[in-house]
Amino acid sequence: MKYVNKAVRKKDAMSLVTGQPVYTDDLAPKDCLVVKLLRSPHAHALIEEIKTDTAMKVPGMVCILTYKDVPQDRFTMAGQTYPEFSPYDRLILDRRVRFVGDAVAIVAGETEAAVDKALKMIKVKYQVLEAVLDFHEAKDNPVLIHPEDNWESRFPVGADNKRNLCASAEEGMGDLEAAFAKCKYIVDKTYHTKANQQAMMETFRSYTYLDHYGRLNIVSSTQVPFHARRILGRALGIGASKVRVIKPRIGGGFGAKQTLVTEIYPAIVTIKTGRTAKLVYSRYESQICSSPRHEMEVKVRVGADESGTILAVDMFTLSNTGAFGEHGPTTVALSGHKSIALYRNTEAYRFAYDVVYTNKMAAGAYRGYGATQGIFAMESAVNELAEMLHMDPVVLREKNMIHEGDKYIAYDGSPTVTSCTLDQCMEKAKEMIGWDEKYPRREMPNGKVRGVGVAMAMQGSSIAHVDVGGATLKLNEDASYTLSLGATDMGTGCDTVLSQMAADILGTDYDNIVVFGVDTDISPYDSGSYASSTTYITGKAVAKAGEKLREKIVQMGAQMLEAERDDVTFDGKVVCRKDGQGSVTLQEIGIKGTCGNNDALQVTESCSAEISPPPFMVGMAEVEVDRETGSVEVIDYVAVVDCGTPVNPNLARVQTEGGIAQGIGMALHEDIQYTAKGQMQNNSFMQYKIPTRLDVGKIRVEFQPSYEKSHPFGAKSIGEIVIDTPCPAIAAAVYNATGVRVEEMPIKPEKIAMGILNKY
Amino acid sequence: MLKIKEYVKAESLEEAYKLNQKKSSCVLGGMIWLKMGNRNVGTAIDLSGLGLDEIEETKEEFRIGCMVSLHSLEIHKGLEQYTNGAMRESLRHIVGVQFRNCATVGGSIYGRYGFSDVLTMFLAMDSYVELYKGGVLSMEEFAARKRDRDILVRIIIKKKTNQTVYLSQRNTKTDFPVITCAIGMEEKQMRLVVGARPGRAMVIHKQFEKEEERRELLVNPEEFAKKSAEEIPVGGNMRASAEYRSHLIYVLVKRAILALGGNTDEN
Amino acid sequence: MKIKFSLNGKMVQEEIAPDLLLLDLLRQKGCYSVKRGCETANCGLCTVLMNKKPVLSCSVLAARADGQQIVTLEGMQEEAKEFGGFLADEGGEQCGFCNPGFIMNVFAMMEELQDPTEEEILEYLSGNLCRCSGFMSQTRSILKYLEYKKEQNKEA
Repeated sequence: MKYVNKAVRKKDAMSLVTGQPVYTDDLAPKDCLVVKLLRSPHAHALIEEIKTDTAMKVPGMVCILTYKDVPQDRFTMAGQTYPEFSPYDRLILDRRVRFVGDAVAIVAGETEAAVDKALKMIKVKYQVLEAVLDFHEAKDNPVLIHPEDNWESRFPVGADNKRNLCASAEEGMGDLEAAFAKCKYIVDKTYHTKANQQAMMETFRSYTYLDHYGRLNIVSSTQVPFHARRILGRALGIGASKVRVIKPRIGGGFGAKQTLVTEIYPAIVTIKTGRTAKLVYSRYESQICSSPRHEMEVKVRVGADESGTILAVDMFTLSNTGAFGEHGPTTVALSGHKSIALYRNTEAYRFAYDVVYTNKMAAGAYRGYGATQGIFAMESAVNELAEMLHMDPVVLREKNMIHEGDKYIAYDGSPTVTSCTLDQCMEKAKEMIGWDEKYPRREMPNGKVRGVGVAMAMQGSSIAHVDVGGATLKLNEDASYTLSLGATDMGTGCDTVLSQMAADILGTDYDNIVVFGVDTDISPYDSGSYASSTTYITGKAVAKAGEKLREKIVQMGAQMLEAERDDVTFDGKVVCRKDGQGSVTLQEIGIKGTCGNNDALQVTESCSAEISPPPFMVGMAEVEVDRETGSVEVIDYVAVVDCGTPVNPNLARVQTEGGIAQGIGMALHEDIQYTAKGQMQNNSFMQYKIPTRLDVGKIRVEFQPSYEKSHPFGAKSIGEIVIDTPCPAIAAAVYNATGVRVEEMPIKPEKIAMGILNKY
Repeated sequence: MLKIKEYVKAESLEEAYKLNQKKSSCVLGGMIWLKMGNRNVGTAIDLSGLGLDEIEETKEEFRIGCMVSLHSLEIHKGLEQYTNGAMRESLRHIVGVQFRNCATVGGSIYGRYGFSDVLTMFLAMDSYVELYKGGVLSMEEFAARKRDRDILVRIIIKKKTNQTVYLSQRNTKTDFPVITCAIGMEEKQMRLVVGARPGRAMVIHKQFEKEEERRELLVNPEEFAKKSAEEIPVGGNMRASAEYRSHLIYVLVKRAILALGGNTDEN
Repeated sequence: MKIKFSLNGKMVQEEIAPDLLLLDLLRQKGCYSVKRGCETANCGLCTVLMNKKPVLSCSVLAARADGQQIVTLEGMQEEAKEFGGFLADEGGEQCGFCNPGFIMNVFAMMEELQDPTEEEILEYLSGNLCRCSGFMSQTRSILKYLEYKKEQNKEA
């Protein structure tokens, strides 16, 4: 392996660091229509009357669309493989508005000033309805969020719109009560995480135009171009064949752009007017009407016997999907599957959940995708269990953690643990942070106190039997290769990582690979970049395509040398006759491909996976707490990750550092607060405090790679798992420092200071 | 969105003052807050051509032009020395350098914002505001006034305070403060300022009859801190509850006084 | 109204509306490196140099650029490539959207601070948000770059 496991620069690095115009809004034509949305001031209301005629008189106004102007087939904006698990509960515009910020009208004009003026002149008469804001009260509430008859759930996920249920299920193994009966120590707690915002630096944005064939072209900052094409084709009633989606560079995604937050609005304007149209969400809109994490309340009961063997887990997750069901039925499942499965000795478990509709902003996909919420609960409960047992939480985990070769409990992505170094991750993390010297707390000379905390995590690598990775490789006449991808690099570097793999398979230089993505007209089908899938599943597709192309090259070389296939060798540069009687260069073969050729030197491969092998990691936090003010500083955060082979160690490291920083934000700063009327208050970066570089302390990352045999290079995923440990590890560190347990994120200084005051 | 009909770069304070008598007019500071609002401004008056971006230091005072940026205040050596670093401490947590290069001291003081670190800091010193028509008045008096249509020209700090200390509590390093606390100590009196209550900063004056009294406070500040926490009115908002704020007043007042006494046990 | 200012070393004249923000003017003038990440002066993506000082172009009226010198990353391409190489070698550029504002402020920092400590670096750049990197790689790249510049100056 020449390039895999090597820290090469990203393919697009230099254009990014020099500020080239490579993002959606940089590329949009200057004369495109400006599209904005009129938004509901009410959490729940019916539009009784909407008057747009005066607004349309504003000079420069081109169109105003209301619920009367849109197709009446419901759809989901969740970027998932068809048929989606998410319910079909949306119209482009609906007469019923379901949260503060829900779209009421689409307004398009020649200039922003005209559109702003028109927005103020649209007169809407609302019939304000009672809203369901508390997700505890949503299920079976007489107030229905989706009473409509054409609401549809296409999968048996336990959804029922007449009960405000987006999904509901229960599963388990063994005799739960018998297992609990063996447990001398039982923790029974409820943990709450909020609807955090991904807060990528580039807000949601798309522009749309009609091409010379009259097809709808959509340039969008999206993680799911192919799903976008299918969904928009359906929602607009024009069919997917009439839609082309292009993804330029993306300014961050983290799952946010796995939902079609903006695309549909300029698209319908373009359909109605024939004009190029652009919608760029403000930060305000990105905060109040987008696709954040599902708020979850996870009730977990964990039991261990006297020796500290964890025997029983009972988990119930209540998930708040908000006004619409995007990713509702799927995220919740991970809260149990990826937390309970961390432990090997469990004799019985039960995992049940309800996903409810409320009159709050709809949730979506956010890095971690439910696992983050479940792992916070499970790992916090295990930390508490350790205390009950008077056992070091590291020791308790060592006793119970999953090992390579084990059978998974509660995990649906694979029957057995195919690759895992979790035990070694734990050992290394312990060493790195100096756990034995620092656990549980140290008084500092400055009067503050330091505590340490630990948590483990697992995620998946793509969705088994569902996700499809795609790759097209072709040999060009100058002996370069083009790698076309449908996977979406959103800054994480998948174009680079996949090129590294292609270079190694083809035995060529990394710089000899030209990479391209994504254009749904040109790129091979790929589900998109989400569910920790790209390195694993698209990587497999790249390898498969590479092997086949290699074979084609060898065959063509043999043909040119008038030799049998088996009588030649190929070293990546030259095809040689084994008998030494001649050779042809790769370039000569490439040229042959363009002259008198009957067999394209091009291969497209798709790949789906039988299993979704989880990456594993251990996170350990050391925090320093000011007991009087409650201020917490993360002094040191140590992470040891088993992502299989890190294909690009630099990029894997930065993924980890970035995910941990995001997790620190979730653990300590990022609050979501609603008014009694259902307005989200954290509607800007002034009120939603993502960490600055002064807030994250020191983050140290090491790898402890296993080798995942189902991947051509032994790789697993890393994109999501990295956000899973900070909440439980930091909460534990704060507890160890102060004796205050915080079970609702974020752990603001007030909670600690007042917790200490009320305790002593 | 902010809308501006006309922009005038004033050539004199008189011109600026005259233009500003219209209700729809607005004097531009650093534009940070103004820009975030939805105001319709008739005439935007820019003072940046009047040489008011200088800090002058004499033996007796600092004279700070209203267009001096917060970052210039922060890195001014004379102010840093005079305030024992408190000036810098009061500013360095405000978002970032670029923000503080935009925001002006005039804008910050004129706005009399509840969350203002700047106002808290200035109130702790023997400082004054020079208004174009209204003349010179104490910072405390100015802070208590309603906004009018006069022009804040400069801020004057009289070098009478022996010692200043500034502390704040924030949920993140560069967030708005949850509580600000500054103390200016003179020979016979002390100014305690508490801001971000979340209401506008308020000043508590403490006179010392005897030097012993002062010394005693520096060593045993708890009682005074407790009293301050009880007496200073606070409220709750998104960032913190009233209860926590009162507790913080106790903690920060105590620490600020200890810091004055040479004990540097503060955050 | 009419304004005249130096943009990346070239004098430009422009007829502008009084409420046009510098950020929007710069993008109109083809300086696409200047990005908008928030409306509340919190993210630092729109950082440009005004008379060598870093400012948030989202909060500066274009009218105020009259007679001033404005520099964006478009005007510092060589420096951007040089420092950017260090950033890229850490994998720290990630999505790239915050890069131009961040890099401009790194240059401003180097202008303002002599031999900054890591703590001073973090404080100076605290107004530049990044959601991808977790900041560690950015710090590594700055420290290495400063070291490299120091060596370069020694040799010169």
